[in-house]
Amino acid sequence: MARRLDPRQRAGLCQILLLVALCMAGWYFLTNAVDNLLSRRIASGFGFLWREAGFEIGESTLLSASAADSYLKALTVGLLNTFRVALLASTFATLIGGTLGLARLSPNWLLAKIAAGYVELLRNIPLVVQLFFWYAVITESLPAPAEALNPVPGFYLSNRGLAVPTIVTLLPLQIEHPTLNAFNFSGGVVLSPEFTALFLGLALYTAAFIGEIVRAGILAVDRGQYEAAQAQGLSQGQIMRLIILPQALRLIVPPLTSQYLNCIKNSSLAVAIGYPDLVSIANTVINQTGQAIEGVAIIMLVYLTISLTISAAMNFYNRRIALRGART
Amino acid sequence: MITRPRVTIAHPAALLHWTRIRLFATWRSSCVTLAIVYLAAKLLPPLFDWALLRAVWSPTHAALCRDTRIAGACWAFVADNYRFILFGTFPAEEQWRPALVIVSLLALYALSGFHLLRRPTLLRLWFGELLVIAMLMWGGVFGLTYVENERWGGLTLTLLLSTFGIALAFPLAITLALGRRSGMPLIRWLSIGYIELIRGVPLISVLFMASVMLPLFLPSGVSIDKLLRAQVAMILFAAAYLAEVIRGGLQAIPAQQEEAALATGLGYWDRVRYVMLPQALRIAIPPLVNTFIGFFKDTSLVVIIGLFDFLTSIKVSLTEPTWSGFGVEAYLFAALGYFAFCYPMSRYSQRLERQTGYGTSLRALRDN
Repeated sequence: MARRLDPRQRAGLCQILLLVALCMAGWYFLTNAVDNLLSRRIASGFGFLWREAGFEIGESTLLSASAADSYLKALTVGLLNTFRVALLASTFATLIGGTLGLARLSPNWLLAKIAAGYVELLRNIPLVVQLFFWYAVITESLPAPAEALNPVPGFYLSNRGLAVPTIVTLLPLQIEHPTLNAFNFSGGVVLSPEFTALFLGLALYTAAFIGEIVRAGILAVDRGQYEAAQAQGLSQGQIMRLIILPQALRLIVPPLTSQYLNCIKNSSLAVAIGYPDLVSIANTVINQTGQAIEGVAIIMLVYLTISLTISAAMNFYNRRIALRGART
Repeated sequence: MITRPRVTIAHPAALLHWTRIRLFATWRSSCVTLAIVYLAAKLLPPLFDWALLRAVWSPTHAALCRDTRIAGACWAFVADNYRFILFGTFPAEEQWRPALVIVSLLALYALSGFHLLRRPTLLRLWFGELLVIAMLMWGGVFGLTYVENERWGGLTLTLLLSTFGIALAFPLAITLALGRRSGMPLIRWLSIGYIELIRGVPLISVLFMASVMLPLFLPSGVSIDKLLRAQVAMILFAAAYLAEVIRGGLQAIPAQQEEAALATGLGYWDRVRYVMLPQALRIAIPPLVNTFIGFFKDTSLVVIIGLFDFLTSIKVSLTEPTWSGFGVEAYLFAALGYFAFCYPMSRYSQRLERQTGYGTSLRALRDN
């Protein structure tokens, strides 16, 4: 009869067996991949990044990519587009979400119910559906540029997207307003329907989640704090600004950062409505070159880097805040 | 039993009092109320007009949808395409089969949600249901004609993807959650690596991986169909999120439980099976329901890799020349469809949270 192994030996054996099994599986998949790539005449490695992309990217701000540029430049423009929409959407989502969180706690019944309804409605509908919806609203229901809606002076909303004024120089302040030519706008910046739909959808969707976080954070502040502030004779606004929010922020910030992360990850749904973000450009690259492994690896690496960086920043912030809390 | 006196708001004095404190407490509150009433009066009638009064309902009058004088919602789109939206391209005379699948799935979800049956009975029922679904959808037995899974689609496919996705992700998720708490460093690091990798990347990249990358890793000649690949991707994705929820449940169990189990001489698997998991899973039910809601919404992403689920069916129906340009109505209907599933589930999980007291530490403060 075999001698029973003691737990530590058994654990070691387990792990060695697992490692061997993983290596075998990895080897199996790797040899398959090499065979397949050879038989399909697909190149491997990242050399393709420096080849000519051959497609134009309609949308870009800081960098522009023409058909003659390399795949690397196309992907960089895609990444910048991701950042552009995610940054703008997160900013607006924070503003709307903060308002929603406060509105849900309002003593006014109508306001609280409307905010609650907004949150329940938007949280329970998939984001892709919302993006398709906004895209349909912009391209189908809005008028042509000639009859563009003009809700705020300088801003024109039409089925070609949203035209906004731009700041040409800061000092002296010079603003360029979009003006309507024969068929389209010139001057200012015209945000494409794809960008507008993605930005709108992302901001409104993320706002619903941020609203809940803000509400929970405020509710978690001890009621005694509120009563004590009231007894001191502070006004409602002062209580919120000086007493409740600074304490609530400590609870709000960690889940808020993960919402920003979600917002960046969700911006990858751009591919569904044709906004050229990183994922949709990587998708084009995969279709053109067939180098699926490298393409998917690039997407994953970029998002993983963003996730880990933001998590690290959040941990740093948490430590700082915890220290400050301990001191007081 | 003591019955509380019911406050009847119908009484005029009570109603007046309620209005005063909830709508017109301060001058600022009054302004908000008036502004909301004004906006509602301005926006709701035209919306009501468009969505109901002027709407075109019957597909036989599809031409009216394009009539600019009517300018109402074109719900005829839904009426004309509902079979495709519900069942995909399943053969018309066999569509009672996916219909039965939808109904039985919904019934079983309701049974599970309202605790109408004992747990072992429920488990057996669910297992039976999965077999019945496979039989009804594929056929080929008991005189049912065989239907290849390329023809499955619509709402049926959405329900199947999410149900099977969660059911099959569960074992993997439990393994990962236990692995993350394991004393063996290799197993712990592998689990952490997997969970953080999947949670750090968007679902689309996992779907791309399954749809364009996976075929490259299989021996030549072997091919897995698109539906199965997407399902595998959904399972791998869901497992990472479920694992974190289950880990939360495991962490919430008092340490003495495991120590006591250890002291009675139970081995690792017995401790896990009889002591840890039953408690952890019970604690984790409300967040598990929330994860399921998220997962149900996420199944809509298969539209990007071209699988015919509920959303894709609607999108594809729009490409017919008769219905092009009615995207607003189509996606409002899609939104309504998803909402009809997700909202009851979210109410259910909120009720559970209140009952079990977990996750309510924040809400409880308000009720004090």
